[in-house]
Amino acid sequence: MCRTCVAIAGADYCVIAADTRMSTGYSILTRDYSKIIQLADKSVMASSGFQADVRALQKVLAARHLIYQHQHNKQMSCPAMAQLLSNTLYYKRFFPYYAFNVLGGLDSEGKGCVFTYDAVGSYERVGYSAQGSGSTLITPFLDNQLKSPSPLLLPAKDAVTPLSESEAIDLVKTCFASATERDIYTGDKLEILVLNASGIRREYMELRKD
Amino acid sequence: MNVADSAPAMNNLIGSDADSQRTLYPYVTGTSVVGIKYKDGILLAADMGDYLACHDSGSYGSTLRYKTVERMKSVGKHSIIGASGEISDFQEIMRYLDELILYDNMWDDGNSFGPKEVHNYLTRVMYNRRNKFNPLWNSLVLGGVKNGQKYLGTVNMIGVHYEDNHVATGFGNHLSRPILRDEWHENLTFEEGVKLLEKCMRVLLYRDRSAVNKLQIAKITEEGVTISQPYSLKTFWNFAAFQNPTVGAEGSW
Repeated sequence: MCRTCVAIAGADYCVIAADTRMSTGYSILTRDYSKIIQLADKSVMASSGFQADVRALQKVLAARHLIYQHQHNKQMSCPAMAQLLSNTLYYKRFFPYYAFNVLGGLDSEGKGCVFTYDAVGSYERVGYSAQGSGSTLITPFLDNQLKSPSPLLLPAKDAVTPLSESEAIDLVKTCFASATERDIYTGDKLEILVLNASGIRREYMELRKD
Repeated sequence: MNVADSAPAMNNLIGSDADSQRTLYPYVTGTSVVGIKYKDGILLAADMGDYLACHDSGSYGSTLRYKTVERMKSVGKHSIIGASGEISDFQEIMRYLDELILYDNMWDDGNSFGPKEVHNYLTRVMYNRRNKFNPLWNSLVLGGVKNGQKYLGTVNMIGVHYEDNHVATGFGNHLSRPILRDEWHENLTFEEGVKLLEKCMRVLLYRDRSAVNKLQIAKITEEGVTISQPYSLKTFWNFAAFQNPTVGAEGSW
């Protein structure tokens, strides 16, 4: 099982992060397993849940993206990938992929976007999201720091955070350092992917190994 | 991928008739396999004992039935596989792998499957069998060297898989991995690697009730595969507590 992932959308960037611990029951299987996959130029998915299902889902989406590229001669946009992920998950509605996903990236206007999913494909575009065992610890903290305007307000206000890229990265590091303290399944190492107009960047941070 | 099939398929699987069509529990099982990367390649260790399982009515209890089982085999030119769990399923996996390697050879294109490819294939096989509710009841270790690149991975009966510098199946995860986390490092020599594996296997011998004191070590490097002759580990039982166990409690045993 893979355990915690987070994504935060900014005005012109997106931060996607997940820890690298893989565990089963009370055992740690490996301290260095990546749960994040770059599906397209501007789409990155992080998934927690049952590892074998997560990997199968990643492969299905990667294959479908390859076919899309052959047919359309372009990369899939993040909103398009979001819909594809939803459909792929619902396709197995009666024998689900036990995977809890966040999809992050840049939309067609270059703005950061985050989509959050349940195991059977229900999804929503949000400004930030956390999934997995650490999500219960992280989400309230992100709510406090990144409080989104209510979706009921008119005119509609952006959910993306006004924070700068480095501030968002620091926030993510804080989230995981805190989640690691109290969630036994989160720890070892944090992998952070930052997606912006100039491309994609990877960063790592050590976490507690206990 | 036909979702329309899966609901009726579930119906067929539930009910005692259908149970004869799929694996419900293992019957003849081997215990832990431990693997490490070392300077020149990969080392694997596994003992040679197979137990008949205890199940529902407990007909066999847990009998050490076979004592000369090779649980490690070479695969193609670049890999070795070690298996724990149901041995008949391991034999079927070897049939799948033999066919895979055969087709690879038949291409005759100068390429050959390395450990990464074999591991990926095995992962897909194990996962898809699990999805059909008819698993191959094994935990596998797959290691190898190709073009100087060392690879060590594992996959189990539900399809969970990963690669690391050291891996183990079953009890090995609980007893051996902690030792390896403490004492493994890059650039172990062959002798150091074997000593480390023996340390792991000794702990398993003391603490895993299904371990036997007859093991093999398999080595794979760029040059090829060597699987050692079976041998046994030195053990120490001369603890005071074992010497006169009934002291202070006469009449007990």
